[in-house]
Amino acid sequence: MNQTNGHANTGFLTDSTLCIGCKACEVACKEWNDISEDGYDWSGFSYDNTEAVGHSTWRHVKFVENPTTPGLGGNAAGQLPSWGFSSDVCKHCEVAGCLEACPTGAIVRMDFGAVFVQPDVCNGCAYCVVSCPFGVVQKNEHDGRAFKCTFCSDRQMAGLEPACAHACPTKSIQFGNLEELHAKADQRLEELRSSGIDDAVIYDPVDTSVKGIHAFFLLRGDPRSYNLPPEPEVPTIYLKKGWRSAAVAAGAMLGATMLAFLGDKHR
Amino acid sequence: MPGLGTSFGRGGATTAQQDLSNADAILIMGSNMAENHPVGFQWVIEARDRNHAKIIHVDPRFTRTSSMADVWVPLRAGTDVLFLGALINYVLTQNKIFREYVVAYTNASTILREDFRDTEDLGGFFSGWDPEKKEYDPTSWLYEGSPETGTLFAGPIPGHEKYGGGHGKDRGGEAGELEKHESDPTLEHPRCVYQVLKRHFSRYTPEMVEQYCGVPTELFFKVAEAYCSASGPEKTGTICYAVGWTQHSNGVQIIRAAAILQLLLGNVGRPGGGVLALRGHASIQGSTDVATLYDILPGYLPTPMFSKDANKLKDYITKHRASTGWWANFDKYIVSFLKSYYGEAATSQNDYCFDWLPRVTGDHSHFGFWLDMMDGKVDGLFIMGQNPAVGAPNGRLERKALAKLKWLVVRDMVEIEPASFWYNSPEVGRGELNPDSIATEVFLMPAAGVPEKSGTFVNTQRLLQFHSKGPEPPGDARSETWFMYHLGTRLKAKAAKDPRPRSAPLNALTWTYSTHGPLAEPSAEEVLMEINGWTTADHKLVDGYRALKADGSTACGAWIYSGCFPSREKNRANEREPRDLYGHGWGYAWPSDRRIIYNRASARPDGTPWSERKKLIWWDAGKKEWTGLDNPDFTKDKPPDYKPAKNAKGDAALAGDKPFILHPDGVGWIYVSSGLKDGPLPTHYEPLESPFSNPLYPQETDPAVLRRERPDNPYAKQADPRFPHILTTYRLTEHHTAGGMTRTLSHLAELQPELFCEVSPEMASELGLHHGDYATISTMRSIVEARVLVTDRIKPMQVAGRTVHHVGLPYHFGTNGLVKGDMVNDLLPISEEPNVRIMETKALLCDIRPGRRARGKQALEELEAKREQAA
Repeated sequence: MNQTNGHANTGFLTDSTLCIGCKACEVACKEWNDISEDGYDWSGFSYDNTEAVGHSTWRHVKFVENPTTPGLGGNAAGQLPSWGFSSDVCKHCEVAGCLEACPTGAIVRMDFGAVFVQPDVCNGCAYCVVSCPFGVVQKNEHDGRAFKCTFCSDRQMAGLEPACAHACPTKSIQFGNLEELHAKADQRLEELRSSGIDDAVIYDPVDTSVKGIHAFFLLRGDPRSYNLPPEPEVPTIYLKKGWRSAAVAAGAMLGATMLAFLGDKHR
Repeated sequence: MPGLGTSFGRGGATTAQQDLSNADAILIMGSNMAENHPVGFQWVIEARDRNHAKIIHVDPRFTRTSSMADVWVPLRAGTDVLFLGALINYVLTQNKIFREYVVAYTNASTILREDFRDTEDLGGFFSGWDPEKKEYDPTSWLYEGSPETGTLFAGPIPGHEKYGGGHGKDRGGEAGELEKHESDPTLEHPRCVYQVLKRHFSRYTPEMVEQYCGVPTELFFKVAEAYCSASGPEKTGTICYAVGWTQHSNGVQIIRAAAILQLLLGNVGRPGGGVLALRGHASIQGSTDVATLYDILPGYLPTPMFSKDANKLKDYITKHRASTGWWANFDKYIVSFLKSYYGEAATSQNDYCFDWLPRVTGDHSHFGFWLDMMDGKVDGLFIMGQNPAVGAPNGRLERKALAKLKWLVVRDMVEIEPASFWYNSPEVGRGELNPDSIATEVFLMPAAGVPEKSGTFVNTQRLLQFHSKGPEPPGDARSETWFMYHLGTRLKAKAAKDPRPRSAPLNALTWTYSTHGPLAEPSAEEVLMEINGWTTADHKLVDGYRALKADGSTACGAWIYSGCFPSREKNRANEREPRDLYGHGWGYAWPSDRRIIYNRASARPDGTPWSERKKLIWWDAGKKEWTGLDNPDFTKDKPPDYKPAKNAKGDAALAGDKPFILHPDGVGWIYVSSGLKDGPLPTHYEPLESPFSNPLYPQETDPAVLRRERPDNPYAKQADPRFPHILTTYRLTEHHTAGGMTRTLSHLAELQPELFCEVSPEMASELGLHHGDYATISTMRSIVEARVLVTDRIKPMQVAGRTVHHVGLPYHFGTNGLVKGDMVNDLLPISEEPNVRIMETKALLCDIRPGRRARGKQALEELEAKREQAA
């Protein structure tokens, strides 16, 4: 078992093939964390009116409508579920862009793996907002600070599972030891594939600079349809390249300047 | 639930939600289970994943339930009996019946009288129709050889009274002594139920389904093969339904069709089988069990009618007690009930104060008294746990009727629409009501929320769950128990000073609950103890209804719950330690904590399980008792080979292989000989408003339905060109019924913030409806506007050679709360299904046009103009 300071490395497995789109996770999250509503605007995007993860929505159920065919339910629909639901959340990346970008040390890694924004330290600079490869962190312009899922760190420290997983009626959101969840996901994937659902995939970008996520997904079809980027990268990987270019540019400038002076001498 | 009550004996779901995980196929129809029962739906998913059970969802819309199903069947709203009848016909003609089960445990072999005529013979009527009275005399529906009971004073047969239905709701079969009858176990006799059934459904073919339900033949066969294979010793299937069946003008008969299908497939009383009636909200099962309905007393005892045969307790008992089967105990239950009401005052000399029970003098159902209210016949009204201004059909009429009251008490957690109708209802905005001239005095009383009070829920699976109060309610908010108790105390104090005889019942009424805490909250435990029952001499709690007596030595508030509180220390409804899959140890399922009822049928007639895989209870020959995984719904020591003595009475008159112990003949009823006002077998009738003619019979609609048609409750004509589309209404996960508890909470209101209508892309392009814009929907009753949600999840249907469109509308919105919207129920007419007097909400006619409706008075003018178009 992955242990960090005596705590188990925990995670979420969000299995969208079990999700019924009830939004209990969204509501439980908001209730437990005392987050405000997002506004009362009807979006017209299927049954989704909270639209995205943000500073006041830390769990968000995405609704994806595809063509329906009489005779085929969603479960049996060819290579695409007719009406797919998936509950999105902060991924709690192994290499977290937000954490790396935070200049004040407000964003910290918790013992069990959570990436946590300390609201009393955050100064609202919003560097984390642009550094998140998943578009999860958002600044509350009214409040001035950045907010996102806490992985219910308060509950976890008290030995409770996060509110969203606790509320999920169909075990679409499973919480537990990260390694065990990976084993479960692999087994589930095999079951789904053997029952003919060939488009089921596990979404966990271990091969990118994010190096894996604590909240990973099992879903059908292209992850992009659920707002999940195929190759998320941490912005800091561009630093080396950035510094190199800067160094080259600086060198060139210096050279040019020197040349200018030298040239002047020649003249 | 007379559909289940008459078929099986009790008006409750036959199984538990957890048991769905045992099913090999699940047919969900008339229910959007994933959206409205998301917690219970986990066991559907478990069945799918664990047993590879086929999940079939039949619904005009592709919903969140369909998204989890293997098969989605879009069906024209209101054609459920035609579809189910075709499944029954398929089972009969393809010989898919579970024959051993059918012969032993159902009335398929019972022979009917020669004078019985089927709807096939009489153009959509059964024999016994009286066109003058517009009702059936069910005598000719009896079994061959069953002596007619008649009635004491030649009154109507129980269940067929003009104003009632009451005990017919959940009993039936009271027209004759049914234990005496002719039968043919070979099922060959031309008048046996099996053969009658075959003829009755012979024209319910896949071709008819394709033509009139709009379901392609291949799809029908796909469903028929998938579902009907879940039958036999090794397999079972469950049917789940909800108000998508009950809220039809023939709702009871739709449920009957499901019951017939399950009996033919041998799927009742067995693990993974049964009919799961998913209830509309938290304690709806409880509200019928411990009666909030006008025509039944607690425990499904009929409220006495205002008639000669209900003058004496003896006559009332004679009328309702069966000589064989469990209802032979009727006298014990009614006497114990009267003792619980009137205590010491109730004696054998005074008929246990039977005279004091109110009598049914008219249609006192919701619609009955609401129309009376509209006509100025009602002075005052309490509204508790209900929001009829939003949730009831023909909301315009409902709200206008409130203005005819002298006083109105509304108890709720928030100011719901019935409390604010006088200043912000649409009628005020349109000038139909003027606040200055409304004389109704409105009292809004704040109510406690669930966590702020103790009490008992009884859910979908007959499960009593006690819950204890957490925090005190805020401010002046109080529990229902508090309100009723203290109101009763004050009324009794007034009555104590009144020497007139009219006050005697109130003076005698037992009202001795202790109160606790700063708010003087009465003890909910004591109420439950009273319901459980005790011996009158020493108030010792009884351990079940078998202990109840007819001599006044026991009192019991509702016999079916008896056993839930067997001693003062043991509130079984409050237990929370489940031991097994069926949840034994968590709450208490009536009766006698049986989780799957009629479970004697889970064993063969000889008492051995049908199969190892599907075993539930069986006969232990060594111990000489029934044993197994559930509490037997059977006399524990009655051996499978028990044969009753001639002239035996009560339960002793039922043989050891008769699982349906409430029925006088001990079997499941494919055919119901009396107790249903619209016939012994389900028959396809068109909805009260339909774009099509009945393809099977000259009689278009259920002849026994009460349309309640009047100028303020008008209907569209059949195939009305003004209203060419089918309107169907429903709920969403995000809101609860009339929305009082969800439109007011920000975290729920934001999830579905506005009323929308769902239409197909084809309909949208045909009529110029644009996604995200507004549309105006009108019916003969009213006019509403909604945002347009164009979705592929609704399909245009090919019916009778032409295209027909459905318009879907959720009904949660109203004038109050954080999110507001037009009230969809204003579009519906008040109508009464003949047995339960429920309105039709799932299939009616509407028109739809792009754009918003007119405001204020002009909205009425638009409606009027629509009505005046050529019909």
